[in-house]
Amino acid sequence: MKKILLSLFVITTFLAYSIHEKDEANEAMLEVPKAREITPRPSSAVSRGMYKNGTYTGTVEDVFYGFIEVQAVISGGRLSDIVLLQYPNDRKTSIQINEVMIPILRQEAIVAQSAEVDIVSGATESSIGFRDSLKAALAKAR
Amino acid sequence: MKLTRLIMGMPITIEIIDIFALQRDFNDVFTLFKKIDATFSPYKITSEVSRLNRKELQPEDMSLEMREVLQLAEQTKKESDGYFDVYRNGILDPSGIVKGWAIKKAADLLTNKGFKNFYVEAGGDIQVMGKNAAGENWRIGIKNPLDHTQHVKIISLSSGAVATSGTAVRGAHIYDPTSGYKVADQILSLTVVADSIYDADRFATAAFAMGTKSIQFIQHKKGLEGYMIDTEGIATLTTGFEKYA
Repeated sequence: MKKILLSLFVITTFLAYSIHEKDEANEAMLEVPKAREITPRPSSAVSRGMYKNGTYTGTVEDVFYGFIEVQAVISGGRLSDIVLLQYPNDRKTSIQINEVMIPILRQEAIVAQSAEVDIVSGATESSIGFRDSLKAALAKAR
Repeated sequence: MKLTRLIMGMPITIEIIDIFALQRDFNDVFTLFKKIDATFSPYKITSEVSRLNRKELQPEDMSLEMREVLQLAEQTKKESDGYFDVYRNGILDPSGIVKGWAIKKAADLLTNKGFKNFYVEAGGDIQVMGKNAAGENWRIGIKNPLDHTQHVKIISLSSGAVATSGTAVRGAHIYDPTSGYKVADQILSLTVVADSIYDADRFATAAFAMGTKSIQFIQHKKGLEGYMIDTEGIATLTTGFEKYA
């Protein structure tokens, strides 16, 4: 009896998880058109902020791993969204990770360290490319 | 002696602690990076990658280096459940794997020259060997993705590697145009520590776009530890990460 109950529990959990994952996948799919529907030309709407409403595409920045190109969406005169048109990362839609054995990992709030270091690890080049492309897009929005 | 050059569009720094290091040794390493860039850059029309993509070069005429990189890419594809792929829409772009591979080659070159204490860093990815100038473990700071003037965690390593994948924008909605997968509003950076920069770099690259799940992917890979920073400024550590603190 215990075994049956346990099996039932495992099956139910798995089903619930599958449904949850499916929902998440659907949500992710729904967001694509949102990013794509934007027409790439400025609209004539009244702007209250520092930028003119519309959608502006930045310059293509070479970051060695690939190109970065962003699109800035201005609404109400403010930057409301950034759409990544090109981004250098190797990825595929389906991600399969073994979800069975998930340990609880320790978390901490990041705090600036004052101690000296020999070297710094960070993702500078993508960030710089991103910033430059965005800067160019926003310059057009002025 | 420490020298920095701008190659492949990024600063590459080499520091050698061993006193017998000559200018020539540094030049040899920088030349190696330039050669790798000339072969593998998909943005140089004369590169082997570009010639392969234009079908000017047949697969059987590929260089040994190209064969090695493609074989390693295939291995990474398998090890990341097909997640990492150097072909996109049939176009070869091995950039995601070449940087780590190049740093590894550079470090091997210095080891073969007899150096024991040095590091090679390219665009924030690092292979260290031996000890620093003070005779202690190398101290590597993880850059704060929200403020690039700061580092938020210090990794102490003798021989090993650190690679970080990330983006600098907070709160923005960023989409992968090919899949619609929401990326950068989940995590800002993923730092991976491994024995070899080759492994640290390729898995940091492959895992980054998994968002918050990336840290579990790293947790499950043998020989890898990780430090993931999300958009709230909260870091998640793999269970073995503390041994570097």
